[in-house]
Amino acid sequence: MDKLIQLGSDIARLWAAHGPNYLLGIRNTLILAIAATAIGCLIGFLCGVLNTIPYTRQDPLPKRFLLKLIRVLVRAYVEIFRGTPMMLQAVFIYYGLPYFTDGSIAFKGMSGIWMASLLVVSINTGAYMAESVRGGIISIDPGQTEGAKAIGMNHVQTMTSVILPQALRNIMPQIGNNLIINIKDTSVMFVIGFIEFFAQHRNIVGLNMMYFPSASIEMIGYLTMTLTASFLLRWAEKKMDGDANFELVQEDALTMSAGTYSYPDKGTPFDERSKEYTGKGDD
Amino acid sequence: MAGPILEVRHLSKSFGANVVLRDIDFTVSPGDVTTVIGPSGSGKSTLLRCVNLLETPTSGEIVFHGQNVAARGVDPTAYRSKVGMVFQSFNLFNNMTVLENCTVGQWKVLKRDAESARQSAMNYLEQVGMAPYINARPRQLSGGQKQRVAIARALAMEPEVLLFDEPTSALDPEMVGEVLTVMQDLAQRGMTMIVVTHEMAFARDVSNHVVFMADGVIAEEGAPAQLFQNPQNPRTKEFLSRFRNA
Repeated sequence: MDKLIQLGSDIARLWAAHGPNYLLGIRNTLILAIAATAIGCLIGFLCGVLNTIPYTRQDPLPKRFLLKLIRVLVRAYVEIFRGTPMMLQAVFIYYGLPYFTDGSIAFKGMSGIWMASLLVVSINTGAYMAESVRGGIISIDPGQTEGAKAIGMNHVQTMTSVILPQALRNIMPQIGNNLIINIKDTSVMFVIGFIEFFAQHRNIVGLNMMYFPSASIEMIGYLTMTLTASFLLRWAEKKMDGDANFELVQEDALTMSAGTYSYPDKGTPFDERSKEYTGKGDD
Repeated sequence: MAGPILEVRHLSKSFGANVVLRDIDFTVSPGDVTTVIGPSGSGKSTLLRCVNLLETPTSGEIVFHGQNVAARGVDPTAYRSKVGMVFQSFNLFNNMTVLENCTVGQWKVLKRDAESARQSAMNYLEQVGMAPYINARPRQLSGGQKQRVAIARALAMEPEVLLFDEPTSALDPEMVGEVLTVMQDLAQRGMTMIVVTHEMAFARDVSNHVVFMADGVIAEEGAPAQLFQNPQNPRTKEFLSRFRNA
């Protein structure tokens, strides 16, 4: 119990001294994670759409070649960025660009670090999302595509109005996963000097050696961020599903609620307004 | 009457080594209601899907107003917008309300403005008796209601030909009635229709041309009265015997 009280007062002291630094870290973490998840989703959707452009054997050779090439490139991108540590990718890109351009193009200063971090986390998320989106698209009943084709929609129209909205709904849990993973994993961006929540911890304990109280603040901070994120995503999913009920648009609310209603002027084939109804057995 | 709207010439379709359609020929004139009947697996649905180019024919021509739309280099989307299709499994867009289902094609494909799309959609939804349900989503509707919305969606594109692929096969008997009534109504209004169906009464009473398919070929075709009362082909006789005795 003493220890807990001591921890409490240590945390309070830490927060009094470095609170703004922690908050700045939280701010940077959230901005990076949310922006990178959003951009990553866009990349994922782009790859998913490019990957599913249909072609048949009747199509001209250049078209088939191009589509095949796109699929190979997307596949290579996914495999490379899914298959290597994000920390390493950050180092690779941050130092690789000036290396190849003899320093003429480099990520300079704080904005350079932001750019590099955003780039790395985005394309990393994109690589995961590409596969999720592909899964989301193939999980949609082919009948939806056929329905869209049958009213004359082209591939892009079919995708944007019919397939992707449904795929997006289906992969919302995946997007949530990625956001939460990004909130935590952006911490590895300290390797290129990005100052986020965890980097602040490293800086602060370097000054005062209060490892455990600071780590406690970090734990609470990360949990608060991830719990809020998952709560908001659940809420968004609910919103996307729309109302469980719908309103009938009609003058007389009672006519149609019995479930027998069918046609305004003809009735069902089984009621007295129908031509087919003969009234046999009634009189 | 003008020339035929649609001509199917020497149409064949195979999936790999499996030949599903063999040298199919038939013609549809404006106002025709053609029903395609026959046992399951005889290629009826494949034929209809070929007519709408949802399947690419292996060989043969589909001539729409004199133009072969099955030829290489013809963009099928413009053609499909003039040929409506109603599916056995409805295929309503699950992410949209009933009204949106009927307007999306009008403003994406026909480039109509929102208000005229809405008006036209309401008009057709009223015609199929689904106007009160414009705010419902497909998952909230019964099968028969979904199919009526699907018909309204196809009609909203103002197609010249409407294709029905077993529109009542997934419905219970009561719902079959409500969908068939809508289709009968359409036929009376002069809509050109090709209907693949197992509803023999509909083929006999509503259509003016019946095509009987068996094993990927047209075994017999003709006016319904002739085909139903006096079938020539033994295969047709066998197929219809159960219906006629019923």
